[in-house]
Amino acid sequence: MAHGPATLADGWVKYASRWIFTTNHKDIGTLYLWFSFAMFILGGAFAMIIRAELFQPGMQLIEPEFFNQMTTMHGLVMVFGAIMPAFVGLANWLIPMMIGAPDMALPRMNNLSFWILPFAFAILVATLFMEGGGPNFGWTFYAPLSTTYAPDTVNYFIFGVHIMGASSIMGSINIIATVMNMRAPGMTYMKMPLFVWTWLITAFLLVAVMPVLAGAVTMMLMDINFGTSFFDAAGGGDPVLFQHVFWFFGHPEVYIIILPAFGVVSQIIPTFSRKPLFGYSSMVYATASIAFMSFIVWAHHMFTVGMPIAGELYFMYATMLIAVPTGVKVFNWITTMYKGALTYETPMLFSIAFVILFTFGGFTGLMLSIAAADMQYHDTYFVVAHFHYVMVAGAVFSGTAAVYYWLPKWCGKMYDETMGKVQFWIAFIGFNIAFMPQHFLGLAGMPRRYADYGLQFADWNMVSSIGAFMYGAAQILFLFNVIRTITHGKPVNDPQVWEGAEGLEWTVDTPAPYHTFEKPPEVK
Amino acid sequence: METSHRTLLAKLLAMAVAMFLFAIFVLPPLYDLFCEITGIGGRTDGVYEAVEVRVDTSRQVEVQFVAANNAQMPWEFYPMEHRVVVHPGESRAVNFFAHNTTGEDMVAQAIPNVLPNNAADYFLKTACFCFDNQPLAAGEQAELGLVFILDPDLPDNVNTVTLSYTLFDITDRAAVAIAQQ
Amino acid sequence: MLKRAQALFLRSLGALLALAAVGKANAESAASQLNMPQGVTEVSQAAYDIHMIMMWICTVIGIAVFGFMFYVMYAHRKSRGAVAENFHENLLVELLWTIVPAIILIVMAIPATTALLKVYDTENADIDIKVTGYQWKWQYEYLGEGVKFMSELRTSQDEIYGREPKGEHYLREVTEPLVIPAGKKVRFLITGNDVIHSWWVPDFGVKRDAVPGLFTSAWAKTDKVGTYVGECTELCGKGHAFMPVVVEVKEQEEYDQWLAAKKQEAAEYASTIGKQWSFDELMAKGEEVYNRSCAGCHAVNGEGIPGVFPALKDSAIALGPVEEHLRVVVDGVSGTAMQAFADQLSEADIAAVIHYERNAWGNDMGDITQPVDVLNYKQGK
Repeated sequence: MAHGPATLADGWVKYASRWIFTTNHKDIGTLYLWFSFAMFILGGAFAMIIRAELFQPGMQLIEPEFFNQMTTMHGLVMVFGAIMPAFVGLANWLIPMMIGAPDMALPRMNNLSFWILPFAFAILVATLFMEGGGPNFGWTFYAPLSTTYAPDTVNYFIFGVHIMGASSIMGSINIIATVMNMRAPGMTYMKMPLFVWTWLITAFLLVAVMPVLAGAVTMMLMDINFGTSFFDAAGGGDPVLFQHVFWFFGHPEVYIIILPAFGVVSQIIPTFSRKPLFGYSSMVYATASIAFMSFIVWAHHMFTVGMPIAGELYFMYATMLIAVPTGVKVFNWITTMYKGALTYETPMLFSIAFVILFTFGGFTGLMLSIAAADMQYHDTYFVVAHFHYVMVAGAVFSGTAAVYYWLPKWCGKMYDETMGKVQFWIAFIGFNIAFMPQHFLGLAGMPRRYADYGLQFADWNMVSSIGAFMYGAAQILFLFNVIRTITHGKPVNDPQVWEGAEGLEWTVDTPAPYHTFEKPPEVK
Repeated sequence: METSHRTLLAKLLAMAVAMFLFAIFVLPPLYDLFCEITGIGGRTDGVYEAVEVRVDTSRQVEVQFVAANNAQMPWEFYPMEHRVVVHPGESRAVNFFAHNTTGEDMVAQAIPNVLPNNAADYFLKTACFCFDNQPLAAGEQAELGLVFILDPDLPDNVNTVTLSYTLFDITDRAAVAIAQQ
Repeated sequence: MLKRAQALFLRSLGALLALAAVGKANAESAASQLNMPQGVTEVSQAAYDIHMIMMWICTVIGIAVFGFMFYVMYAHRKSRGAVAENFHENLLVELLWTIVPAIILIVMAIPATTALLKVYDTENADIDIKVTGYQWKWQYEYLGEGVKFMSELRTSQDEIYGREPKGEHYLREVTEPLVIPAGKKVRFLITGNDVIHSWWVPDFGVKRDAVPGLFTSAWAKTDKVGTYVGECTELCGKGHAFMPVVVEVKEQEEYDQWLAAKKQEAAEYASTIGKQWSFDELMAKGEEVYNRSCAGCHAVNGEGIPGVFPALKDSAIALGPVEEHLRVVVDGVSGTAMQAFADQLSEADIAAVIHYERNAWGNDMGDITQPVDVLNYKQGK
């Protein structure tokens, strides 16, 4: 390693082996980020197919069977392929630099946890070309549609889920070990940047619930192939049990997606407000309590399944309570901006949009928690709109903000600010045109996962599709801007990069050298 | 690898494995227990041994019977009485009619459900065809018996109880079970 | 605030698009609805009320929070010469914005609980109807009345695939709607036959999952005569979007007549089952039944979907002995998606569809299957 990392100039064999055998946290972070971007484009392509089919009533482009495969694959690829690896990539790049560690705690496992991921998704995507087609039972894969009535390719799906689960668990263990054991002297827990905190909590959530997902798909596998009946009423099982197990994983999973996004925004807003984060410790406690509560609210996804009223009431009250710590976070971000000196570079624009749109999604979430009203909202486009406001405007907007914010540090080049702002406005407007009308569609009675719909839904679907295409186009511009920055960006040499940035990652050279903090820094 | 990493790694891996085992071996029985307590799905399995008879003649409760066939279950299957009125504590027998209309010997299993959920705990069966599977030869007909008692402690706001059975075809499953024995 | 501005902007955009899409914008879509329907039952009204309460509370909080935020974004810009202060904690404020929302939530929980109690009040029903979800249709059974029937989508494949203009009730029409009387409390016992479906009638505020092996209940009572359309809301396979729910609420008198007619129909059917049908009559009836009940999987041209649903054209079953063909259709094939149609189709329908499958798309068995053959098969003769 004395000569630094291999470059293309050393020949492609050396260059390829660098990436395949790398144990460097920055290299692995880069791999994760590019992989997740590729998956984001793929999942986005699936979404474009869905929206194109829904542009008009009637079946125009694809068959309902393939439509179901598209909705399923869109969900799986976006959740497990795009959003989660994107944040793992950010964690890899940033956590060691933020806590003053030379690398991740378990570098070889780090390599493994990345490189099994492409195989998982290759298997999953390959099912689309197999006889019987890909998974067509929704990303929530409720039994018995995903067991007795599933295409044979469901076994590949299960295998794929197992691999990505293993990858996530290894990645999380690595993050926990790094944060707990490798902090620089003086870097106490309550001095860690909030991004590190949110990731530490997320990693614990992952280690706790990814095995539950693995358990769910294992039970499916046994029901399908070995004659057990966990989810089959004929043999004494219960299809509703599947939903309980799935959402016991699934609800923490949505916080797994959003907590690191909270962390990113909590880094960016103080920078461009030139003012420290307001209520740091309450942010930490709020994150921890959101994580804890995610384990006790899962059945709010199942209000229509016919639970006893006591159960419905409990899950309704518990869910409503989540609004409290979430509200604390939003108030803290806004108060951070209060009496600051605000500037609106692209990362800040995306972060502010995150706060607005995520809060909006939070409001609809609060409405959804009311069981009596949920009887009308459940499984309609209102729910689709709600979770895209928190997932896309939450996770994807903050991920985009993160890339713009740290890209100069990573590659030593400044992105094109104008192009960044243009991308922001196209994405912001496109997103709202795509998803705001879906609230109306849902309230007016359009169920989700519908390949076709009645004429009364035609107008808003067309509007929504136009917005979706706009939002899709913004992502192409994003890709272009990132590549152009790497190839033609204006060089940056100031370690600080941003005037108001604070934290150890801004004390190292720009671009960040291949190895940082080989001698631990002193943290006062 | 430093030892501190190693112990932490071992702990975290143990946590992951524990959660996996929890999902497969603890959650399903826990769910069953939860169902039994709350009456989800009105699971009423298990024979009730009548000990003491305390008939509450001041109260009348309507009991309805509903039958359903699961997919691929071609039998004729219906309750011979749609509804009966009973006093809590009173023992009552009713029959369901089943007819294997196919040309093959088959085995069926009936899965019971009680509505409303909070009545499930008070619906006591002293004899029921749902306790066992029901083999019927090709073309065979049978009257399947059920004897039940409503617990006098049945909540006051319940005045209709619905017992439903869904009939499943378990011929293949039963064949496997016999082969294994 | 932002939300309302967006809504306004989108509404005008939507109106423009509606104008542009000439020929598509019919009366119904022009009046496309933005909010939850109030519906016609106590339950739907309760859901609507709590929905509106929540929406207004969220709107007020949203305006306050975002209003403050936009003020900050404007007033504390660096370009306006703002200099950052350095405070980062204030215990009182932090406590306040934890406790106040918690109190608001506790207050909101009260109407939310009352509304839910209404949803669960299924006692003392006048009529019980069993609702069973099938891939991809609904079966309604009037308990104790001996009346039961299937309710399937009536919109043709040609309309769906754009070979014919879409009718006014596109995807909102069924072969036979559920009929209930006005002013009576109707209890629905909901279950599934194969996979999980979900029975939703927005105007009744009723949505319940139809889980195989499990029964759940819901109720409706309304005085408003009319036709109410709903949907299946749990993904149940490829026909998920094509199994609407249509409920007709009739005056008691009309309902009684309707019910009597249904009973009569059932009785008459039993007596005419021995009728001998001609080859062509069976072909015509068979084509209709096939396209409605079988083409979803086996395709209109009988070629199925390779690897998922077998072809019937040139198939061993359709060109083999009729007993085997009867067995597959009547009893289903266990472990596959092929259902037992004994309960779903009448003897005449089954006879016609088997006849059609044996004599369509180049299959030319030339034999005739009569309803009475189906009946005999069912009775094991």
